[in-house]
Amino acid sequence: MLQTQAAEHESSSGGMTEYIVHHLHHLRWPREDGFWTLNVDTLFFTFVLSALFCLLFIGVARRAKVANPGKLQSFIEMVVVFVDGLVKETFHGTSKLIAPLAVTIFGLVFLFNFLDMLPVDMLPSAGHAAGLKYLRIVPTADLSTTLGMALCVFLLIQYFGLKHKGPKVFFGEMVSAPFHAHGAVAKIALAPANLLLRIIEEAVRPVSLSLRLFGNMYAGELIFILIAVMTLDATLSHFSTYLLGFGQFIAGFLWTAFHILVITLQAFIFMMLSVVYLSMAAERH
Amino acid sequence: MIPNITFVIQGLAFFAVVWLVMKFGWPHIMAAIEDRQQKIAEGLAAADRAKAELKDADARVADEIKKARAQAAEIVDKAHQQANQIVDKAKADALLEAARVKATAQTEIDGMVGKAREALRGQVATLAVQGASKIIGREINADAHKALLDQLAAEI
Repeated sequence: MLQTQAAEHESSSGGMTEYIVHHLHHLRWPREDGFWTLNVDTLFFTFVLSALFCLLFIGVARRAKVANPGKLQSFIEMVVVFVDGLVKETFHGTSKLIAPLAVTIFGLVFLFNFLDMLPVDMLPSAGHAAGLKYLRIVPTADLSTTLGMALCVFLLIQYFGLKHKGPKVFFGEMVSAPFHAHGAVAKIALAPANLLLRIIEEAVRPVSLSLRLFGNMYAGELIFILIAVMTLDATLSHFSTYLLGFGQFIAGFLWTAFHILVITLQAFIFMMLSVVYLSMAAERH
Repeated sequence: MIPNITFVIQGLAFFAVVWLVMKFGWPHIMAAIEDRQQKIAEGLAAADRAKAELKDADARVADEIKKARAQAAEIVDKAHQQANQIVDKAKADALLEAARVKATAQTEIDGMVGKAREALRGQVATLAVQGASKIIGREINADAHKALLDQLAAEI
């Protein structure tokens, strides 16, 4: 489950801090730092897992049998029915988008998070052997991914509001809620406050959505790295190696088991909040 | 930790996946699920119908059996009646025949008795004449005393 070969990693040139910093560094192109650069590792794993998800879901859906569904189809149908039920409970309109969006969020975020279940050193050391200096494999432990998804949801929320309320109500609400006023003067007086609150309300959503998922996954990854550090630079001749090795096994096991819960829960929360936000956007204040 | 331009690509990729799933995945799987639900509902309804039909058929069968039994009983009754009739008729025929045979025999007997009587009567006359002639000692002319003899024969 965990990596004892952590020892062979960068042991000569820096020790613990170097190891941790190295593990938290993205493989970047074309620049190492700054805004105008790409996290190549994040993009790669995102595309691989997105393709896997699409192939699985669409492949099964296209060959879906009405009678005698296979095991894979039954599993996907189970998830679909579960999510569809949740969406129907929350959103009382008709929308072709919201349920598929929810399933996609749940499936993708879960798959992204699941990469955290792989031993922290497995793919990075393989990448190292292949000549990649850095490699971070969990796309959701990268704020760019969660922010990208959250902004997508944000844009969909605005589109949904516009579509379901019509432009008049949609833009009217921006300056007339939550503080309602009677009379033209009072309305104009309250408009800036309303608009400000609305902007804060809307802006908070993608920020909280993206930071919550990112924070959980980043912290989880960090703890995996810290567990891995327990046997960093260890040698078989020291007694402490065996003690720490055992401690590492126990800690790794417990954190992995707990993290199974976290990754599922975070995927579910991201999905559920998106559905709730979209439902709220479609309802009049 | 600070996001870079990657987030734009990640957002677009995410949107693309959502669009693909919405366009090519979701409708198919929902159609399959809804089709199955409908089929199950239809199957259950058909089962209920079949059950009701079976009940109907059972009732009809029971009815038919009852009817058949009644008919059979009727037929047996009729057969009994007919048999009795036949026996009665045969009895009556036999009695009639017996009576007829008896009557024929009676007439024959009567005829024969008559004939015997006639024959005896004739012979009585002859015997009477012979007896008388023996008593008297002379021959009585039968023709002369024919009237007397006939009277005698009639009296016997």
